Amino acid sequence: MRQALEGSQAVAQAVALCRPQVIAAYPITPQTHIVENISKLVADGKLQCEFVSVESEFSAASLVLGAAMAGSRAYTASASQGILLMAEVLFNIAGMRVPLVMTCANRAISSPLSIWNDQQDSMSVRDAGWIQLYCADNQEAVDTTIQAYRIAERCELPVMVCMDGFTLTHTLETINIPAQTEVDQYLPKYQFKRTLDPQNPISLGTLVSPDYYTEARHSHHQALLNAQAEILLADQDWAEITGRKCGGLLEVEGTEEADVAILTIGSVLGTLREALEELPPNQPVKLIKLRTFRPFPAETLKAACKGLKDIIVLERAFSPGSGGIVGLEVLGALSELENPPKVHNFAAGLGGRDIPLDILPRLLKVLEDPTASRQFKLFDVELERLPVEDR
Amino acid sequence: MMITETTIPAADLRRKQPRFRGMESGHRACLGCGEALAARLATEAAGPDVMIANATGCLEIFTTPWPESAWRVPWMHSLFENTGAIASGMEAALKAQGKSTKVIAMGGDGGTFDIGFQALSGMLERGHNVLYICFDNEAYMNTGIQRSSSTPHAAMTTTSPPGKERMGKRHLKKDIISIVAAHHIPYAATASVAYPSDIRKKVRRAMAVDGPTFLQIHCPCPLGWGFEGEQSIDVARLAVQTGLFPVIELERGGIAGAMPIRNPRPVTDYLKQQQRFRHLFTDDTRAKEELEHIQAIADHNIEIYELHSENKDAFDTEGIDTVRRGGMRWA
Repeated sequence: MRQALEGSQAVAQAVALCRPQVIAAYPITPQTHIVENISKLVADGKLQCEFVSVESEFSAASLVLGAAMAGSRAYTASASQGILLMAEVLFNIAGMRVPLVMTCANRAISSPLSIWNDQQDSMSVRDAGWIQLYCADNQEAVDTTIQAYRIAERCELPVMVCMDGFTLTHTLETINIPAQTEVDQYLPKYQFKRTLDPQNPISLGTLVSPDYYTEARHSHHQALLNAQAEILLADQDWAEITGRKCGGLLEVEGTEEADVAILTIGSVLGTLREALEELPPNQPVKLIKLRTFRPFPAETLKAACKGLKDIIVLERAFSPGSGGIVGLEVLGALSELENPPKVHNFAAGLGGRDIPLDILPRLLKVLEDPTASRQFKLFDVELERLPVEDR
Repeated sequence: MMITETTIPAADLRRKQPRFRGMESGHRACLGCGEALAARLATEAAGPDVMIANATGCLEIFTTPWPESAWRVPWMHSLFENTGAIASGMEAALKAQGKSTKVIAMGGDGGTFDIGFQALSGMLERGHNVLYICFDNEAYMNTGIQRSSSTPHAAMTTTSPPGKERMGKRHLKKDIISIVAAHHIPYAATASVAYPSDIRKKVRRAMAVDGPTFLQIHCPCPLGWGFEGEQSIDVARLAVQTGLFPVIELERGGIAGAMPIRNPRPVTDYLKQQQRFRHLFTDDTRAKEELEHIQAIADHNIEIYELHSENKDAFDTEGIDTVRRGGMRWA
């Protein structure tokens, strides 16, 4: 049913459609509207589940881990500092190969304190071993949430659904909320073969000596790589029921003849789409939506970038002292191509900084001088506001 | 919520003792480990319909070196500081599924008094139906005997060594049971491995409560405290008989019972058995002051909990009987 809904409200409904039995959350802006809406669904009797308001994000992540191990589908959501506080548990959940789904309402990391959007939070836990799916709009956030449970439970891997804080979570859009019958048809009942059961006692989370650790890590790595097939299948099967796709691993928009592409992750795609209409460039430009960041779809990306001369990676986080995070991974993957495109890397929209429409012509300007340095840059940084030594 | 007091005669109770072992022998605990004994007693009393969340620590390490496990009940270990939350999640899931399996959380003093304190408090406050058992051996033994907030005053650990400027740990042992009691949970108690039937009785009592319960079991650590393994029970008993470890029960935060001491022993009887207090038995004047200080702590405990009693004796009949039969191996 098509409804005008705030992103958080829509995600709350999507979560409820997945029939979770246990939800635990701790409030943090901009995640709050999601869990508030879920609480209301529980209070109104529209969602039968144990909703636990915990005393920290650390406990929220731990609680859903305990619930999943005891045989229940579970859900949590967080952002920013909450994601960092959860970090130890996130690694633990993934290492134990537990199927869980959480929403990350992407927000900047302190210090300096910022409640506004960027993606430093989820990017900082990219090595935790979770599947990470990034949403370009709120319809995708709804559909990806439902897909995430199927992917998680089939792959025995946790899935983090990343949606830009405020830009998506607090924005009203017309959204198609699937029917319960559609979701039930798509998502089977929760099953986890290592569920704790007094009838068949097992021990989980044991100490592992150097004799076994490498193998455990390898199988985790391999499971993530193999998850690419399930991510694609989940999207296809969802499209068969609803007619909507989220872009699988990544999605390319634009004409074949374009030899320039801009790769984005998250909601900035919408800005670029609009910019292409409002400020059409002289040359054709492809847009690449990187939906799946973990596992990193290197092969699919290579295929998508064949024949490109330049690729501009525009991301919303970076690694201080190094540079772009997505950019570096794109560079690494494309280096295996025979004639790899030049990779230009920018971070924009940090801590809620507006990304204007004219970012498109300004980004394309870097291509004019082929001798210019391709060093990672922060977009829109106003150097004159900084002390000279920091410029 | 109702606490069901057992009215079965002791002899019958002994016969009806669940012939079940939640934790098997063959694990890798040290000789005379108080924690291993306490965990075995607690899981025997709890029976098979349980699910355990275990904090990082000695117990977790010595029972589950992959691919081996000493557990006959469903058991999981996640991290050091989240056991209260893991147990809360298990309980929420079981509740949602309409199952009656009891969740037991287990942690050492480090995982309970210190790093897992917040998760424990959250679990108690939210009223989860979980029995939390703290195996209190008064320091971080798993990492090599470092001071915790449970380490008693003046005790030597590797991070509270005595020296020219110090007489061991400078601070007092955290009064965890009072903090737990302040959550006004249905039932909380302390126990000691010197009194096995008391542990069983308290575990059974906690198992019958539909709500959060807490059990702090004093578990001597031969390696960390510095005594021979065969002395564990004697050392544990002296901690009780000196008044340094009061064995008490609390209902909804109020004192509901205490194990009486007929003839309180001087604290030096307890302290001199252990290498961790050996610096208190030197010619140093500070040592004498510290001994007086520790005696004052014990006297205070005896006074506030009214432990001194001429009439009663903490004679652990069933416990002694069980030990005489060679533990539960007969079962």
